[in-house]
Amino acid sequence: MKTTTVLAVSLAAVIAVAVPVLAAQQALFPLRQSAKPPVPEAVAAADVFTREQIGHALVPPTPEAGRTVAAPAAAPKDDGQWLMPAKNYAATRYTTLAEITPANAKNLHEVFSFSLGVNKGQEAAPLVVGSTMYIVSAFPNHVYALDLTKEGAPLKWSYNPKPLPAAAGVACCDVVNRGAAYADGKIVFNTLDGATIALAADSGKEVWRTQLGDINKGESVTMAPLIAGGKVLVGNSGGEFGVHGWLAALDLGSGKLAWKAYHTGPDDIALIGDQFHPFYASDRGKDLGVKTWPSDAWRTGGGTMWGWIAYDPSTQTIFYGTANPGPWNQQQRPGDNKWTAGMFARDVHTGQAKWFYQFSPHDEHDYDAINEQLLLDMPFDGKMREVVLRPERNGYVYVLDRKTGQVLSADPFGPVNSSRGVDLKTGRLIVNPAKETRLGQVVHDICPTASGAKDWNPSSFSPRTGLVYIPHENLCMDWMNLEVNYISGTPYVGAEVKMKPGPGGHRGELTAWDPVRRKPAWTIREDLPVWSGTVATGGDLVFYGTMDGWFKAIDARNGNLVWKQKLPSGIIGQPISYRGPDGHQYVAVLSGVGGWSGAVVSGPLDPRDGTSALGFVNTMTDLPTRTTAGGTLHVFALPH
Amino acid sequence: MSSLFRIEGIAALALALVVAGCDKAADESDRFAPSGPGAPAQRAVALVPAGGELDTTPNPRAEPYYGSAEAVTNGMLIYNQMNCVGCHFNGGGGIGPPLMDDQWIYGGRLDQIYNTIYFGRPNGMPAWGGKLNDEQIWQVAAYVRSMSLPETLARNGTGTPSQHPAPVPRAADENDGWHMPKGTGG
Repeated sequence: MKTTTVLAVSLAAVIAVAVPVLAAQQALFPLRQSAKPPVPEAVAAADVFTREQIGHALVPPTPEAGRTVAAPAAAPKDDGQWLMPAKNYAATRYTTLAEITPANAKNLHEVFSFSLGVNKGQEAAPLVVGSTMYIVSAFPNHVYALDLTKEGAPLKWSYNPKPLPAAAGVACCDVVNRGAAYADGKIVFNTLDGATIALAADSGKEVWRTQLGDINKGESVTMAPLIAGGKVLVGNSGGEFGVHGWLAALDLGSGKLAWKAYHTGPDDIALIGDQFHPFYASDRGKDLGVKTWPSDAWRTGGGTMWGWIAYDPSTQTIFYGTANPGPWNQQQRPGDNKWTAGMFARDVHTGQAKWFYQFSPHDEHDYDAINEQLLLDMPFDGKMREVVLRPERNGYVYVLDRKTGQVLSADPFGPVNSSRGVDLKTGRLIVNPAKETRLGQVVHDICPTASGAKDWNPSSFSPRTGLVYIPHENLCMDWMNLEVNYISGTPYVGAEVKMKPGPGGHRGELTAWDPVRRKPAWTIREDLPVWSGTVATGGDLVFYGTMDGWFKAIDARNGNLVWKQKLPSGIIGQPISYRGPDGHQYVAVLSGVGGWSGAVVSGPLDPRDGTSALGFVNTMTDLPTRTTAGGTLHVFALPH
Repeated sequence: MSSLFRIEGIAALALALVVAGCDKAADESDRFAPSGPGAPAQRAVALVPAGGELDTTPNPRAEPYYGSAEAVTNGMLIYNQMNCVGCHFNGGGGIGPPLMDDQWIYGGRLDQIYNTIYFGRPNGMPAWGGKLNDEQIWQVAAYVRSMSLPETLARNGTGTPSQHPAPVPRAADENDGWHMPKGTGG
């Protein structure tokens, strides 16, 4: 193993020297396609902390106190449909359907497929409402309705929202869309140029269209809306463009703005008032969204919201996180930079904040806090506790009290050396000074990388196993701060980043995390970052996809691979499983590589520049030799 | 005779109208054309697909920026200060397309790159005309043109290319910027 690595490195060095000379001799125009820079060497295992070193909990595990389940009010009885990307408000992405099992999964076959007509990163989850499937493509955000009652699922209707072409110029990380949501006869989705659109689910006719984002300010929208309490919840993207982050609530019936909460700035626009009771002292005080920034820097400070929202109907509360502060160069914004890189609990009707917890105060490494949160009831300290579980970009699985925002435990699930754990008395992340970023100086081997131990791609939870299936990355990075000017509508980053594989050299993992025992039950290593979601089933299977196009079924209990199928392009979408009109269980996923991790292919970008796509290209130089761009829906079932 | 005369008269009138129309069109477009050193030298006389063969000589106003080390060095500074690097990085691309490769969406000749920067492009490229002066735009264009030069690629190690840009030789644009020189292979 060691010999192979050394050989590969020396060979790579020879190629690196040889290519420019060869190119100069043979052609004046060296081709991008013939450039194959090597994947960088992995960070050493000794350079990151172990779970034992930095994982903490208030009390030792008490698994005997009960079985972990989804918050009951947030996860009603499964009806076989798939009405929102996360399946339910608890965001478990779990179906009780059990026709497909580890024993018969080998017989799975594709029953139909459908081209989305767009070869960009496809991150969306298909929806199934009654006997119709709905899909949103990457920009330009076509919506398709497929009739599942007929052979081959023919197109029922399609809708083209005609977003502004210039929107692509303010999308940091490919022109993705994470899906639609269904409620009250409407399919609601967002366009890259910042419109939220409701369509009549039966006809595809536009019911309302509300423009929320402004691309001229660098705003775009990539998230899937959540519909809860009669509101459509939508946030902006653009944390790399110095935008002012917000979450907005639209009335589901009319599309009119009900409330809008900004994530930096004074309390009145952050919707922070009498109901706000954060658990930790560092989050208490007036106008912290102004005072924790240099003068006026909060106006261009990011704190966007482009990920996931969970909802607890029993308390009418939404839970969601805020993205990174801007610019990436932390030296231009001393302070805690509230309310970025943290989690809010808010009243769904008024938007008023109930609590806030900051995962990464004064974030230095682009650790957006927009990942999925699962609402679980689990045994803790000898009794059942209502919690929010968050596999966070900074590398820890957090378990927070759902009512108060108190951190009950925080344990690393990927490579971490940028911090040394969470101080459970103050709630504060303990920053490792050795990995703090500096102007004009490269800080090497920071783990996790900017895209995190995991990025947006969501986990699932099976109540049958009590495990959370976390699709994630094993990546680290080199980082140098650069001075950057704010120019409206252009990137506001101020950092040069180069990513690299984490310890072990594999770039991705699927971790089955036991939230009660605070450790993995098992882990699957993947050569490429895992950028797809996971779905768990009542048949004890977990489905996920790889960036080179393998769609896989795993035994949920032991992690054994029971089936795989090669798809035409890499997979970064969210798999789902539903009951078809014929009563049988189906599994659906989009192929179509791209996103931040796959931009080198969907761009396409030049792998000779390791800094491109905010440094992700540095560790994805081999992807163009392993897959091509695409955009296709695939649906699988057992023979019947 | 009179009828012939009349026909000639109509033809002459039609010709006059055509000429007037052309003049009007020229006036219109001149209002939006780059001023000063960036003004186009001449218009395309035949319609061709964008990026296809153009029977035009390059804009002579590009001349001072060929072979100039100062142009590419200053261009690099402006490129970084104006956040071009935020979208195109050091030539590999990201939000915007790569600049260090052999593919030119809107033409790879110095004056074509100038036009792309000056006017912007509909898929997200901002228009810098009026925000940068003409010389600055030519310098950024020269730096962008330099990124894919074999000399520049050879001067820079792996990882962060385009840090030591080579001046753009006049010869680089002899084949309209993006075509392979005759007799060479790819």
